[in-house]
Amino acid sequence: MYKYDAIDQTIVDERVAQYRDQTRRYLAGELSDDEFRPLRLQNGLYIQRHAPMLRIAVPYGMLASKQMRKLADITKKYDRGYGHFSTRQNLQINWPKLEEVPEILAELATVEMHAIQTSGNCIRNITTDQFVGIAPDEVVDPRAIAEIMRQWSTFHPEFALLPRKFKIAVSGTKEDRAVVQMHDIGLEFFKDSANELRIKVWVGGGLGRTPILGTVIEESLPWQHVLSYCEAIIRVYNIHGRRDNSYKARIKILVKALGIEEFKKQVEAEWSHLKNGSLTITEAELNRVAQHFDQMPYETLPVHDSSFDAAVASNPAFAAWVKRCVHAHKQTGYRAVTLSLKPHGKPPGDITTEQMHVVADLADAYSFGELRASHEQNLILADVKLSDLFAVWEKARAAGLATPNIGLLTDIICCPGGDFCSLANAKSIPIAEAIQMQFDNLDYLHDIGELELNISGCMNACGHHHVGHIGILGVDKDSEEWYQVSIGGKQGNDASLGSVIGRSFAADEMPSVIQKLIEVYVQQRTPEERFIDTVRRLGLAPFKAHVYGEKEAA
Amino acid sequence: MSQLIKHNTIVADDWTRVIPPTLGDEVVRKQAGKIVLFKLHGEETFSQAQIDATDIPATGKIILPLPVWIARKATLGTRMAAGEIGILVATHEPIEHLTEAFPDLNVLPLIAVFVERFADGRNFTIGNWIRTRYHFKNELRAVGDVLRDQLFFLKRSGYDSYLIRADRNAQEAIASLNDFKQPYQGATDDVPVWRRLNRSQL
Repeated sequence: MYKYDAIDQTIVDERVAQYRDQTRRYLAGELSDDEFRPLRLQNGLYIQRHAPMLRIAVPYGMLASKQMRKLADITKKYDRGYGHFSTRQNLQINWPKLEEVPEILAELATVEMHAIQTSGNCIRNITTDQFVGIAPDEVVDPRAIAEIMRQWSTFHPEFALLPRKFKIAVSGTKEDRAVVQMHDIGLEFFKDSANELRIKVWVGGGLGRTPILGTVIEESLPWQHVLSYCEAIIRVYNIHGRRDNSYKARIKILVKALGIEEFKKQVEAEWSHLKNGSLTITEAELNRVAQHFDQMPYETLPVHDSSFDAAVASNPAFAAWVKRCVHAHKQTGYRAVTLSLKPHGKPPGDITTEQMHVVADLADAYSFGELRASHEQNLILADVKLSDLFAVWEKARAAGLATPNIGLLTDIICCPGGDFCSLANAKSIPIAEAIQMQFDNLDYLHDIGELELNISGCMNACGHHHVGHIGILGVDKDSEEWYQVSIGGKQGNDASLGSVIGRSFAADEMPSVIQKLIEVYVQQRTPEERFIDTVRRLGLAPFKAHVYGEKEAA
Repeated sequence: MSQLIKHNTIVADDWTRVIPPTLGDEVVRKQAGKIVLFKLHGEETFSQAQIDATDIPATGKIILPLPVWIARKATLGTRMAAGEIGILVATHEPIEHLTEAFPDLNVLPLIAVFVERFADGRNFTIGNWIRTRYHFKNELRAVGDVLRDQLFFLKRSGYDSYLIRADRNAQEAIASLNDFKQPYQGATDDVPVWRRLNRSQL
């Protein structure tokens, strides 16, 4: 886990002072709404439907237990006793008072946290795979570079007011879990044939109104040049990105308009001035930062633990949880555990103050005091001994954090939607809850198997509906809330965007629509097929026919 | 009272900005139902008629928009030689227009970059280019919708004077030039912090 030195601490302290003064000037009428907006947004503060919403940064999803306890205290003291983990690994609180935000930031700064650039037209929080550093299929642990990039992007003077938001994701695994192809820049780390660390650079991906998967702009960039290369890309974007229409302002539109060849040519021209300059990362700097992410002090453990094996054999509920929520680890005798924030019938990603304390205690007792947030809106204990899994399960279950549904239909990715967000066209949380209740039978859920269902309340796509195996998008039709359904989206190396199945549905139709999609899958699947595989093999037609057929016939 | 900040203090402004007249009605452009607030890269700044109608004062130090200089430079040679002419570029004007007109930017005592809306961050890249790519050594001034909360970024992007918008307190704005003591990244004013300091000793 990265630990601040005096430089880092001074910057967040100075930020608190700066933002405190900006808030003071706004409240005193010295800043207009338009002038304050980018300032508060670059500090994660939205003005929402009921109250402001504050988005707190969790850089590349890593949290220490003491940070989690501070977040818990903040949700109690300044909010209504809960927080919401977002699809970009950050934590959102929904009820802070605008005038209290400087105080919240001051409290966050005491545990090396902040809300810098969690919104606004700037470089946002850099995201990665939640199993970084421990995944068996990891080639490179990208956290040191992610931290170097976090520092580089924090208050970057040239990129403070870009045409639109700018999201970067890093991944160091064979199987991409950071969805690098749907980011403005996606960095995929690998080792070349000479065992040198290289980066495949994707550019121009993004969801939102115009979903586009990224394009490879550079197949094999030496890691030392990652900052200068990103500066070249963002510089071209800063000058040429459209500022006349915010719907067409993301870099994906520019890349598409110019074509990747021309865009690359301009980036290379820019890069020729920057390459090998002071932005070049040195081995010494990489090593200095990488020390923060050294391997944990693992014990030497046997491959099997008899108490664990016995518990799995005798306790079906525990076995079900192990099957869904426990993941492989590169260290023998250890596992990673996902604590589900998707209990059926509750808003996906939400966590109460009390649960936050439980999670912090679990991290301290069983996982070296560290936690991760995933873009699927769950929490991870990354380093749990096999022999501790049963105890973790019992405590997590008592706190409502052990729903065995990770990767299943009810592990729904969902934005806050119309209940909170002023951008939303429709509510998303009640749809998620209704679907979860429809599929509340665990045996049935496990039989359906791996399925990603993503819900967004509007085309800004915070719920990543385009890459859900089933995607649901809230739309506004004559001021009524309707839902458009797509199937066939997927994240990962073979990412794809879903296709809309047809006309949209009213909220109360949604559970039965999903039910019908599942019926087609269950009927048509081969023994090895997941839902997405069946969709890819059969196409939309049979699903469409079953969902719309009867009604259309009648 | 001057609104000009230079060297961390308010100083008198001895430059006069020459502004081409507005002729006829301004066209309000809309995109997606919203008024367009930003000009696109390469978009024309002034019409030929506006440039022709621009009143250039006969004496004193003047800041001319680049298109006005290009169209009317034939009569301004001696004043340029006397160091009485600074050039203003807008954030949507291609930098090449400036560098083609002045292969050596250092013939200019002053370059001003005009930002119509503070949220237009192109002025940061332009400042960076002017300093690092074209090695401009003289005064680089931010003008237009220049507000306190962008000053720190402008400073790091190579600007050394700032004409604060008329309705704002320039004296108080000075403080924001120093919002952060040790910024992380390299910029026109410094190398990245890990090259500046030995962080493993901190």
